Amino acid sequence: MSNRSLLLKLLSAAILFGAWEIAGRIPVSYAFPTFVESMQALARMFFDGSLFVAYGETLKPLVVGIAISAVLGIAIGLWIGLSSTFDWLFSPIFIVMQAAPLAALIPILVMAYGIGLTSKVFVVCIMAMPVIVLNTSGAVRNTPSSIKEMARSFLGTNWDVVFKIILPAASPVIFSGLRLGISAGFIGAILSELKITPTGVGDIITYSRSIADYPSMYAAIFSIIVLAVLFLNLLEKLEKTLFEGNYRGYASD
Amino acid sequence: MAMPQTETAFEAKVDNAVAVRGVSKNYGDVEALKDMSLEFPRGQLTSLLGPSGCGKTTLLKIIAGLLEPNAGEIEVNGKAVTGPGPDRAFVFQDFALLPWASVLRNVGFGLELRGVARSEREAIAEKYIKDVGLAGFEKSYPHELSGGMRQRVGLARALSVNAQVLLMDEPFSAVDEQTRRKFQEDLLNLVQNESKTFIFVTHSIEEAVYVSDQIAILLPRPSRVSEIIRPSGFRNKDAASIRRDPEYLDIVDEIWASLRSYVE
Repeated sequence: MSNRSLLLKLLSAAILFGAWEIAGRIPVSYAFPTFVESMQALARMFFDGSLFVAYGETLKPLVVGIAISAVLGIAIGLWIGLSSTFDWLFSPIFIVMQAAPLAALIPILVMAYGIGLTSKVFVVCIMAMPVIVLNTSGAVRNTPSSIKEMARSFLGTNWDVVFKIILPAASPVIFSGLRLGISAGFIGAILSELKITPTGVGDIITYSRSIADYPSMYAAIFSIIVLAVLFLNLLEKLEKTLFEGNYRGYASD
Repeated sequence: MAMPQTETAFEAKVDNAVAVRGVSKNYGDVEALKDMSLEFPRGQLTSLLGPSGCGKTTLLKIIAGLLEPNAGEIEVNGKAVTGPGPDRAFVFQDFALLPWASVLRNVGFGLELRGVARSEREAIAEKYIKDVGLAGFEKSYPHELSGGMRQRVGLARALSVNAQVLLMDEPFSAVDEQTRRKFQEDLLNLVQNESKTFIFVTHSIEEAVYVSDQIAILLPRPSRVSEIIRPSGFRNKDAASIRRDPEYLDIVDEIWASLRSYVE
């Protein structure tokens, strides 16, 4: 069974990369390199070490921003889900944040926090946090009331109800919020490097485009996608080991 | 109310595990319970039977301490109820199992919340899992079990905390008919072997008459106890012949006659 799903994954990758190769050979645009050219550029950057230097820069705002968004986002989401006062106070902020055109806000961030790490972390957080907060609060609010009642009837404290009932019950939706938030965070990290100061992977993209080295540009974009996919897979593994019984639905179905 | 002295003297003689006195409960403008009083003899099974909307589940949750009454008081073993307590355990209609936890953890969850050490609570849980006939399923998750097996987990969880009073909210309504019959027979044995007081909410007349020592018929609008029936003639017969007993059939008919005008 797992062999078969691996085979399907490989097949879908082969179709995608094949299409890319063909599109690059036609070519659809002279600025669109073939798959093989891009992979050659990627291998070159990999072996001369420039890719690692670039990721050293890019990962700083990304990791800090995602860590802040995950911890703070789940905490705030939990609070919003538990208290209607907090819901009134904070939900609008995150809904506005999610809808805001980020590119237009970046100049304001730069004016307030400069062109350094702080601004970039902010961009990652603005991208990642709203969906984590909103998913968490929604899931917390929708915890089945019968298992909360069960915990209270068996003498659970409020603390027990939050940590042994509400958080595990909300975990599937919290994790799906994390997945969406983290992918948005990757976009935010690259966006900040394109819009604030060209460093890291953003620098490779900007620089290669300016000298028409399109294979390198697409190689950089490709590498960030691969990294995001690897990270999301890791998150899924984490969820599976933490909440095994979440798979295959709820007992009250 | 006029002579509280005699009232307490009478109770001491009968030995009630649970007493409900003058309980009222409103949901906004809706009166769910109005000035209800009822007593539950120790070591026996009392059913709360009535049409939907008669407040039987509300009363059970008030006794459990999950809901607060607007007036009146509940006593369990002579002590006033102010919230959930170690003297009562609840069996839920929808099982209320933790889907992310194994059978073993679910059964031991009541003990876990009481701070019992892991090895001790797992030993107790394993014993009750065996008692309810689920040996071998300790590592399974709720979604891998049938409805009847899930409710056995719920029952084992309630038994494992060793409360004197077991509160059961339509525990068999979500399982299929054949499983339900088996459950009813098992419940009769449980009442005989465990010296616990059972309070059992049901909407099935046959089920109430089959399992109960005492049946409280509740009528709606305003919610009140209309009648208390104590089937006695067939209580000592074996499980298989109760359903053919003339007294059993008469009581079922009698209850239906008094309830039918309240059923829309």
